[in-house]
Amino acid sequence: MEILNFEFPSSKVKARRAHVGVVGSGDLEILMEPSVDGETRVTIQTSVAGFVDTWKAVVERFLQQHPEAANIEIHDFGATPGTVALRLQQAVEVSKS
Amino acid sequence: MTFEITLSDEVLALSARRSYIELNARARALQLLDDGTFHELLGPFDRVESPWLPMQGIVTQSDDGCVVAKGKIDGQPAVVIAMEGKFQGGSIGEVCGMKMAEAFRLARLDNEKGIPTRAVLSLESGGVRLQEANMGELVIAEIYAEMVALRKHTPLIVVITGPTGCFGGMSLAAGLASYVVMTRQARLSMNGPEVIELEAGKDEFVAADKPFVWSVNGGAQRFATDFADVLLEDDADAVTQAVTELFRKGQPAQLRTDKYELFIKRLKFLDPAKQWVAEDIRNAWKAVAK
Amino acid sequence: MTDPLNNRGRKWFEALTGSDGKVEGNPGSLMVAEATLGGEKAVFVGVAPDANARFPRTGHTEVGLEEGWYGTKNLRAVIEADKNGPKRPIITVCDSKSQAYGRREELFGIHVAAAAIIAAYADARAAGHPVIALIVGRCVSGSFLALAGQASRMIAFDDPEVLIHAMYKDAAARITKRSVAELDKLGETIVPMAYDIGSFNKLGGLHKLLKIADPDTPAPASLEQVKATLIEAIADARKSPRNLDARLESDGAKAFRKASLKVRQMMTEQWAAC
Repeated sequence: MEILNFEFPSSKVKARRAHVGVVGSGDLEILMEPSVDGETRVTIQTSVAGFVDTWKAVVERFLQQHPEAANIEIHDFGATPGTVALRLQQAVEVSKS
Repeated sequence: MTFEITLSDEVLALSARRSYIELNARARALQLLDDGTFHELLGPFDRVESPWLPMQGIVTQSDDGCVVAKGKIDGQPAVVIAMEGKFQGGSIGEVCGMKMAEAFRLARLDNEKGIPTRAVLSLESGGVRLQEANMGELVIAEIYAEMVALRKHTPLIVVITGPTGCFGGMSLAAGLASYVVMTRQARLSMNGPEVIELEAGKDEFVAADKPFVWSVNGGAQRFATDFADVLLEDDADAVTQAVTELFRKGQPAQLRTDKYELFIKRLKFLDPAKQWVAEDIRNAWKAVAK
Repeated sequence: MTDPLNNRGRKWFEALTGSDGKVEGNPGSLMVAEATLGGEKAVFVGVAPDANARFPRTGHTEVGLEEGWYGTKNLRAVIEADKNGPKRPIITVCDSKSQAYGRREELFGIHVAAAAIIAAYADARAAGHPVIALIVGRCVSGSFLALAGQASRMIAFDDPEVLIHAMYKDAAARITKRSVAELDKLGETIVPMAYDIGSFNKLGGLHKLLKIADPDTPAPASLEQVKATLIEAIADARKSPRNLDARLESDGAKAFRKASLKVRQMMTEQWAAC
């Protein structure tokens, strides 16, 4: 297991909290909450070590599309970058519904 | 030229059906509770997670694989506990097990105060979580204690649909239930097929022979031999309906665990020297009916 | 590992009761006897090896179909007999290697047989019987849940042959894809995974961990020591609520079951708020 932490300055504040996914094989769980201080923080627990750059790229791409400040907690159980992106998108949709 | 597609009734029924098996634990709790009454306790954002898994480098889940929701069923106060089979095989560790035990305890306290809170346990579980071994054993004993106390007040219903099934410590929880609802896809047994084969050899159990395994512990066999009260197709609304009807029926005439005279009669009648197959036991049960 | 025929459970059962526990109609593996303890009648229960066991996957102290169902019948008879009078203590001398693993067991519903004896112990406790588990040997997996789990008070011998666990080490290693050495290493830091009874005791489940001079041979002094401990545990159970809260309220739980306590506190608050 590896634990990763990313921080990004962010401006727009929004969104209700959202929870999606399951910590099951090839899947992940995401907890998304609005940030109170304008910073976006992403914490990742992943069962697969050694993919820091991949995670950074996936998260950055996501934040370019959704710059809302948020605390994002990810519990990953070997999801592919595609699944991670889908779950992040799903979390945004849940947070807006 | 156009083709007119005609679907059989069977196909139409299938397409109209929503799967319960495919629902995750939270969606199952939502499915079982009356619309708009779902209120989750110790949800993901409370972040009460297993303290033991991170110490072993294992990723946690924010609800530890157990969803507890208070609400109503058929207009009556209810609590639903749903295990998530995809997280650590639905195994029982300290936090998820304690959530289950507490849900039963709090429902029992309600009943003692005159609030007739009923309980449904939707199980997907491989048994005790080996990474929390003895903690799991202690907590499972506490779950049983609360189940036995609660079922005196209200029917306690266990739902097993698959895909994980119900094994180990949680199979005994199904044994303690007032009613057991199963699908054909569900499996229920104390020892997992691999463990039996490991302990007793291939003459006793062939874990890789899926039809054989299902013939022993599958929903249809469990229903035919009176270890389950309702057998369903995989249909979310049918599960809700079955649960509602069982609560309307009230307490069973006799709890399964009180049927010791019947089971002892059966044990005396059976020949334990021979190796049994599923069909034998169905016939034997009929022969010793009541 | 104790030889199954070492018979520690049977020796202690016989020493405590002066009886072999055989009852007409019961299977040979089930020991049940009444004996005097601290000036009152007490019921003793246990599972012993049985060379003539009917079910081939039992006979080496396993809890199987017969142990579950006949055990239930015997316990229910005690509850019924004491319904309107003093509740006799029920003491289970635990030395049982596991549940029975077999095809017949699954087909005939061992999960209900085990649930039934658990319900009988739990109902006995709720009715006011002090339910005591005296763990003198192995009490692993299903046999722990079936024989000891519902006890008002659990007492274990402080001895390397005493084992309470979810699964034997070799099987657990195979299933969790770890080596036995890795499991041992984990047990040093992850207390619930450890195999020694001292570690189990840290979790707060035991009422007492009892150092016995020779646990394989109930000498008179040791027997008196065990009896005194049982009498004290019975008195303690009688003045406490008839549930398992003593385990959760123990110092061990305060140190090692912080998560359990947090779940109880937060669930209670949230339940009341909705």
